[in-house]
Amino acid sequence: MQIARVVGTVVSTQKNAKLEGAKLLLVQPLDPGGAAKGPTVLAIDSVDAGIGDRVLLVQDGKAAIQALGRGVAAVDAAVVGVIDAVEMGA
Amino acid sequence: MFLARVVGTVVATHKDPGLVGMKLLVIQPIKNDGSASGKTLVAVDSVGAGVTENVFYVRGREASVPFLPDEVPTDAAIVGIVDHWST
Repeated sequence: MQIARVVGTVVSTQKNAKLEGAKLLLVQPLDPGGAAKGPTVLAIDSVDAGIGDRVLLVQDGKAAIQALGRGVAAVDAAVVGVIDAVEMGA
Repeated sequence: MFLARVVGTVVATHKDPGLVGMKLLVIQPIKNDGSASGKTLVAVDSVGAGVTENVFYVRGREASVPFLPDEVPTDAAIVGIVDHWST
């Protein structure tokens, strides 16, 4: 899992049938210091996250399919948690 | 999934039987602001996308899922056409 920040939402009318009704979020993976790391990712949302939230992002087909919960579907990324706090160090 | 813009089409007569009848599109991954990001790639289309449209695509093993039970050997598939996005 990665820490990411929700930076946007995406609206798509014409899409794969298994994705009907799924909420799509644009999320930006973050490095440990909180800076943007790599390209933004389009993920399905299973926890009702919103723009600005720090979230847990999975980028794996099996994990995303479980998060969507509709059987085998064409998804490879999902938001699976909203982060309250991260503490680093001992 | 990732955002991309369709920038071209690919015609290939001689190809794996699993790809016969599939529409192959050249897509350019894009950033939040719509500008190009990284290299173009070829993806199989599952939603009827066309050149200049903004789409989102799946990478990896799940890219073959939209075509089940057909077994399509691809590592990238377009699974949605983007109406609009906001950041």
